[in-house]
Amino acid sequence: MGRINRDQLNEIKSRGKGIIDIRLGKTLVDGEKHLMIGGGTACHASRSEPVRDAIKKEIKKRGLSQRCKVIETGNDSFATLAPVMVIYPEGVYYVHLTPDDVDDIVSQHLIDGKLVERLLYKDATDNDKPIPRMMDIPYFSNQTLITLRNLTLIDPENIDDAIYRDAYQGAAKALIDITTEEIINQVKISGIRGRGGAGFPTGMKWQFAAQAEGDIKYVLCNADEGDPGAFMDRSVLEADPHAVLEGMIIAAKAINAHQGYIYCRAEYPLAIKRLTIAIEQARRYGLLGKDILGSGFDFDLEIYQGAGAFVCGEETALMISIEGKRGMPRPRPPFPAQEGLWKKPTVLNNVETLANIPQIILNGGQWYAAIGTERSKGTKVFALAGKVINSGLVEVPMGMPLKNIVYDIGGGIPENKQLKAVQIGGPSGGCIPSDLLDTVTDYEAITGTGAIMGSGGMVVMDEDNCMVDIARFFMEFCQEESCGKCTPCREGTKRMLEIVTKITEGRGEIDDIATLEELADMVKDSSLCGLGQTAPNPVLSTIRHFRDEYEAHIKDKRCPAHVCKALITYIIVEEKCPGCGKCKRVCPVEAITGEKKVVHKIDPEKCIKCGACIASCKFDAIEVV
Amino acid sequence: MTKPEEIDWGQLEAIIDKHRGESWALIPLLQDIQETFGYIPEESIETIAEALNLFASQVQGVISFYAGLSLKPKGKYVIKACRGTACHVKGGRSILRYMKKELGLDEGETSPDYKFTLETVACLGACFLAPAMMVNRAYFGKLSPPKVTSILAEYGKKKGED
Ligand SMILES: Cc1cc2nc3c(=O)[nH]c(=O)nc-3n(C[C@H](O)[C@H](O)[C@H](O)COP(=O)(O)O)c2cc1C
Ligand code: SF4
Ligand code: FES
Repeated sequence: MGRINRDQLNEIKSRGKGIIDIRLGKTLVDGEKHLMIGGGTACHASRSEPVRDAIKKEIKKRGLSQRCKVIETGNDSFATLAPVMVIYPEGVYYVHLTPDDVDDIVSQHLIDGKLVERLLYKDATDNDKPIPRMMDIPYFSNQTLITLRNLTLIDPENIDDAIYRDAYQGAAKALIDITTEEIINQVKISGIRGRGGAGFPTGMKWQFAAQAEGDIKYVLCNADEGDPGAFMDRSVLEADPHAVLEGMIIAAKAINAHQGYIYCRAEYPLAIKRLTIAIEQARRYGLLGKDILGSGFDFDLEIYQGAGAFVCGEETALMISIEGKRGMPRPRPPFPAQEGLWKKPTVLNNVETLANIPQIILNGGQWYAAIGTERSKGTKVFALAGKVINSGLVEVPMGMPLKNIVYDIGGGIPENKQLKAVQIGGPSGGCIPSDLLDTVTDYEAITGTGAIMGSGGMVVMDEDNCMVDIARFFMEFCQEESCGKCTPCREGTKRMLEIVTKITEGRGEIDDIATLEELADMVKDSSLCGLGQTAPNPVLSTIRHFRDEYEAHIKDKRCPAHVCKALITYIIVEEKCPGCGKCKRVCPVEAITGEKKVVHKIDPEKCIKCGACIASCKFDAIEVV
Repeated sequence: MTKPEEIDWGQLEAIIDKHRGESWALIPLLQDIQETFGYIPEESIETIAEALNLFASQVQGVISFYAGLSLKPKGKYVIKACRGTACHVKGGRSILRYMKKELGLDEGETSPDYKFTLETVACLGACFLAPAMMVNRAYFGKLSPPKVTSILAEYGKKKGED
């Protein structure tokens, strides 16, 4: 089908009702099954593609193609279990798949109608009880999916699938039924705040750009996602790219822009591929381009690939980068709403922000505002990782205590270790200690602990992690990524890194903590852009909550968690070492000596503390002290 | 990846020609060259600058600013060791120390035979696999020193051989 109008959009949607009902478990049509196999980057990284191909082949071979459809989704939500598959209408979830499992799935599940028990998710917190249905698994049942609502339900490379699930209905309403004032009004009522980190109210941002003078305006989507430990935006783009395109169309209508860019990091090839397909398909339907849905409104967009500079995620740097120059931030004002890309009024929004917009327009701002806390509305997607049993993407209503995310969804800490802190907000954020785990996901509540909501990275740390080392880690990141334009950030982060490094090496002095705090204030207050203004946060928040660890490094020259390289030694426990020689063979620097069957020794001068010996020793004879 | 002596200058010219006169297209052009040859040959800078009506120093400046653009040719296998947060808290730094010794390479270095390049990246977005690495487009996770050794062996790095 070529260009479509609104009636044809609705026709496509109604055609898909039966298909979506199967996937929602509402109807049972003659044994029809939809096998939705996870195919985001996380699944691909876990070798999901051979499983997909094997199951397609097997279904064809057994002549089941009519009744059993295999669809690759962008689902990699519960990443720990990848590759995964959901079979609808029953909603049964199979995990850790390999091509060898395909036979059992086809003959037992699809043909005999019996569960393949060994491939089900087993709940470690409940005696490994198998849980067949995806939505009964606590990881999912504790989530609220709005941004990620299509995760397991559509083929992201098929626009019709998206349309069956209401894609472009919000755009149709915005372009045809309501005024631009009403679009902005609904976004304001929804209370949604920017998900890229700063949390600025989206409705207000749009209003400024709408009021700005000028015939040429731009809408940009920030898909640079540079924070380490964050992959929410990537997953949205891989699972539901049309939601982002539609969000941009609505933003464009609101401010009267006709051209957009998606600034996506080049490290996301699958996201770029699916976006490219989505854009082509949308153009073919006339959902991008001239006279969208016959509304008379024109809008088109292009993908622009980032070239690998963290600071280009900052709004002014991003625009300068699209202009083909070194992406260094510039002072504001003028704000992008007045003077942005090519000096024209510009709205820049994050991927997740934009992906929520269609549903806000379709269901009304009130609907969205009913979820969340007083000042933080809607849901937030987090990338949960680190020392937590269930790792992956998590979407929760604002106002959920961190404790619930880590324990109810994340399943707690592996190996019965103690939780020490939850790091959120990446290099601009901070560490929230275990005794503040009742803190809820709300912009202001999190800021109160010294961290920030940030873009959604959430890394759990346990007793084996050193908080001074973590502070050093983020300081190093910020120092390396500082673009160097302004002195406080360039020199201040360098000084701070030197001091923290000195502390981790056991050369710290007690005044260093105060010096760090002074420098931190200076860097925060006088840096030009958000990178410098937030770079000291990880140091400040660890000093605030873990001062004792700093003091142990400084006063006792000791790293309580046994992490900081200069303060630890690898030793062989004599009583446990039978002299098997394994460690000696694996050591990359020949630091280990000893005759066969005689206790071995590690030369501390040579040892690089890589852990190869520990990993190889079957007798637990090597310890870090 | 193309070794420096094997650059097809005609192909390179063709890429430049595609963007002639479009000074805003500098970065996509450089990415195109980077993608095709694995690096941007120093000798092409003048030609690029001329084609886009820029100064050579502007082109140079853009290349040095972006980590994704490089003037140095890379090895056949580019190893990206993750030093992101999730990998870091799971011992990524020790793994990196081990990897450097095994490869005999420091961060950013390429082996003389252009077989391996070792790079570090801020996050591979595969945090659930931490500690993680990539070799070209393939992901490897839950790394331990023995696992690193066997992965490198798959790509033809025998222990003790530099
Ligand atoms: C150093 C730095 C890096 C940033 N990186 C990103 C990023 O990768 N993605 C993003 O959406 N926002 C990033 N931001 C925030 C953007 O400047 C901007 O506030 C955001 O994209 C606006 O969209 P929102 O209002 O929808 O959040 C970054 C900010 C700074 C200071
Ligand atoms: S604060 Fe840092 S990153 Fe931002 S402009 Fe200044 S030097 Fe560059
Ligand atoms: S932190 Fe290593 S993959 Fe994300």
